[in-house]
Amino acid sequence: MLAKLPQIIFALLVMGAVLGIAVVMLIALGQDWEDALLWILAAVMIGSGLLVVTMRDIIRCGLAMIVCFSALAGIYVLMGVPLLGAAQVIVYIGAISVLILFAIMLTQTKDAPTRLVFQTQAGPAAVAAVVVAIVIALAVSATDWGEVARNARLGTALMSRILFQQFIFPFEIVSVMLLAAVIGGVFLAKREPGGPS
Amino acid sequence: MSDSLDTYLILSGILFAIGSFGFLARRNAISMLMSIELMLNAVNLAIVAFGLFGRYPDATAQGAVFALMVMTVAAAEATVGLAIVIAIYRNKKTPLVDEYDSMRQ
Repeated sequence: MLAKLPQIIFALLVMGAVLGIAVVMLIALGQDWEDALLWILAAVMIGSGLLVVTMRDIIRCGLAMIVCFSALAGIYVLMGVPLLGAAQVIVYIGAISVLILFAIMLTQTKDAPTRLVFQTQAGPAAVAAVVVAIVIALAVSATDWGEVARNARLGTALMSRILFQQFIFPFEIVSVMLLAAVIGGVFLAKREPGGPS
Repeated sequence: MSDSLDTYLILSGILFAIGSFGFLARRNAISMLMSIELMLNAVNLAIVAFGLFGRYPDATAQGAVFALMVMTVAAAEATVGLAIVIAIYRNKKTPLVDEYDSMRQ
């Protein structure tokens, strides 16, 4: 317990910093709750995303990925698309993250966390990623989007009407593709009799 | 801040950059798959943001439905990708991608 104390203090400090910035935004800058919540969720999402790609222990990477997806689900709810937030929780946190955690436990070797985590090309990759982020930010902020206004909150009834009337054909295609992927996954991961164990 | 399209798009760009760094830099095959999931989530956020600020009728609903389709494709991709990783692991006994070099001349 005592050995974990610096990490716990660090995590509490990070949470306190995020909350403190939100409180400052609310009180000093006079912004509303929605902006403060968006700020907190964005900070959590970016921070845990960075943890996913940099941490040494891959199980912890998987758990940080769950935090990242949860924050994104919160952002969806905040954007006024609550059904998509629910789908994010069910599909990503409930299905994909659990699948990835199972695959980690199946493939983890004892010496894996102590060995080198990054490829030799990690430095150029970091430079490329920073350049991509800067180019996207510059392009977005330099573009004139015209007179855009935020639409109203999306109700489930309207979304289901669009999904099952206008997009019924892509819906069926996607369901067939999902079936094919499930069968393909079972076929690929199946152990052949007489093959390597 | 939450009323501008730029916020969501820049957020999505940062998440995409993080995912691309992870895909290029990590050695573990499952870490690379996790980075792909991060990138797909970033694209989903951009799609929903464009739908939310779209000008034609039902733009929000169409963006949300499109993001739902992307989620389904991501689920299929994770299934097949992890099955491939487990099948390779069974042969090579390692999850590190730089040791999968049996086809190198």
